Amino acid sequence: MNPLAKIGHYTLGFLTHTGRLCVFMAQAVLAMCQPPFYFRLIGQQILRIGYFSLPVVALTSFFTGGVLALQIYYGGNEFNSETIVASIVALGITRELGPVLGGLMVAGRVSSAIAAEIGTMRVTEQIDALTTLSTNPFKYLVAPRLLAAILCLPVLVLLADIIGVMGGFIVGTQTLDFNAATYIQRTIDFLEFDDINSGLIKSAVFGFIIAIMGCYNGYYSAGGAQGVGRATTNAVVSASILILSANYIMTSLFFSS
Amino acid sequence: MIELANIHKSFGPKHVLQGIDLTVEKGESLVVIGGSGSGKSVMMKSIIGLLRPEQGSIRINGVETIGISARQRDKVNRQFGMLFQHGALLDSLPVWQNVAFAVRQQKNISTAQARAIAQESLSLVGLGAKLLDLYPADLSGGMHKCVGLARAIAAKPPILFFDEPTTGLDPVMTDIINHLIRDCVRELGATTLTITHDMSSARIMADKVAFLYQGKIIWVGTEKEMTNSDDPFLHQFVNGLADGPIATEGVIEEERERGRQEERAEGRGKERAEEQNGAP
Repeated sequence: MNPLAKIGHYTLGFLTHTGRLCVFMAQAVLAMCQPPFYFRLIGQQILRIGYFSLPVVALTSFFTGGVLALQIYYGGNEFNSETIVASIVALGITRELGPVLGGLMVAGRVSSAIAAEIGTMRVTEQIDALTTLSTNPFKYLVAPRLLAAILCLPVLVLLADIIGVMGGFIVGTQTLDFNAATYIQRTIDFLEFDDINSGLIKSAVFGFIIAIMGCYNGYYSAGGAQGVGRATTNAVVSASILILSANYIMTSLFFSS
Repeated sequence: MIELANIHKSFGPKHVLQGIDLTVEKGESLVVIGGSGSGKSVMMKSIIGLLRPEQGSIRINGVETIGISARQRDKVNRQFGMLFQHGALLDSLPVWQNVAFAVRQQKNISTAQARAIAQESLSLVGLGAKLLDLYPADLSGGMHKCVGLARAIAAKPPILFFDEPTTGLDPVMTDIINHLIRDCVRELGATTLTITHDMSSARIMADKVAFLYQGKIIWVGTEKEMTNSDDPFLHQFVNGLADGPIATEGVIEEERERGRQEERAEGRGKERAEEQNGAP
C-alpha cells in the first residue's frame, strides 16, 4: 500500500469511529431522556458506580491531600511561605486533583467493568436477545449506566474534596505542626464556591465520558473473548485520555476570565 | 406470514445474501438448512431487524419491515419469539425473570403474575418450578436451551424463530429439544422459521424445508421430497457426503482437492505399476 493510501485508510478509519461514536452518544442521550425509565437498573448502577467506588476514591484523595501538603510545605519552606499550605491544598484538591484523580480512578474501575459486561453480552447475543424481546438496548443497558455515572461522579468528587482537604489537614497538623484552627481558617478564607462548583461540573462531564466509553467499546466489541479484552482496554485508555483533555478544555473555559 | 423477496446483504466485499426469495405461510413450520457460512444467520437477523439488507423486501403479515422506525420495529418484534443458538439468556437475571421478560415489557403485571407465567412456560418445556430462582450460570447446556425455549414462547407470540436449536447438545438432548419445539409450536399454532444444519431437527420439525446455498435458496420442498430429491447439492448436504458439488471454504476445500489429486496420482501410480507388472 502506498503512503498516501495508508494515510487515507487511517483517516477514513478515524472518521468512521468518530462518526459512530457521535451517533452512539446521540442515541444514548436520547434514550436517557425518554421513557421507559428502568429505575431498578438505575439504582443498581448507582450502587455499582457510586457506592462501590467510594473506598478507592476516598483513599486516593486522602493520600493526595496528604502528599500535596508535604510537597507544598517543603517547596514553600525555601521561600518562607509555608503558610500557603492550607490554601493551596484546598484549591488544588477542589479545582483539579479531586475531580481528575477521582475521574481517573473511577474510569479504571467502572469503564472497564461496563465494557466487559456489555461486551460479553454482545458476543453471547444477549443484546440481540433484548431486541427480540421488544427492549431497546440503549434504554435498558446504556441509559441507566450513563445516568448513574453522571449523578454519582459529582457526589464522589464532593466527598473526595472533603477527604482530600482532611488528608492535608491531618498531615499539616500532625506532621508539620500547623495550628488546627489556623489551618481551617486559611482553608475557608481561600476557598470559594466557584472552586468547588467547577470541580463538580467537571466531574459530571467525566461521569458521562466514563460511562459512554465503557458502553460504546462494549457495545461494538466483536471477536469473542479477545474482542472483549480489547474493548475493556480501549474503554479505560480512551476514557482516561478524554478525561484529561476535557479537563484542560474546561479549566481554560472556567478560569480564563 | 413471512415473505422475503430478493434480499441482498453484504459485509464489505463479501456478498452473503444474493437474492433470497422465501415465503413462510401462516402456521407453517419452515426449516432452512445450509452449510456453515451459507448466510442462514444473516437471513434470520435480517428478518428480526438486527441487520438491514441493502436490497429487497421483508414483509411480516403483509407489513413491510425494511426501513421502518424503531417504534414500528418494536411493534413488529412483539409478534416474535426467538430461541438463540446458545440460549442468550440474560446473565444478570434469574430464570423466572428471563422467561417472563417479554411479557413484563409488554404488559403491566405484578411479580407474582410474572412468576406464574414463567412457571407455566417452564412446565410447557418440561422444567420444574425449582429452576425459577436459579441464574443462567447454574444451568447446563440443555437446560439453557429449554429455558431459552420457555422464554421464546412465554408471551405466546404468533411467529417463532429458532437459530440452530440443537447445536452443542448430546444426541438424547437433541431429540428431546426437537420434540419439545415441535410440540410447543403445534400447541401454539405459531408460524415458525428454523435454521439448522442438523438433519434430524429438520426432519422432526419441518412442514417444509428450504436449502440455502451460497446466499440463495436453491431448493424448497417437503421433508419427504427432500429425502427423495435427486438435486446433487441437496443430496450431498442431506446425506453428509464429503464429495459432491458443494464448495467448502478455504483450507477444507484445498485439503479436499489435495486429497483428490493424491488419489488420482495414487491411481495413476497403481495403473503404471500394474502396467509394469504386466497385470491385466
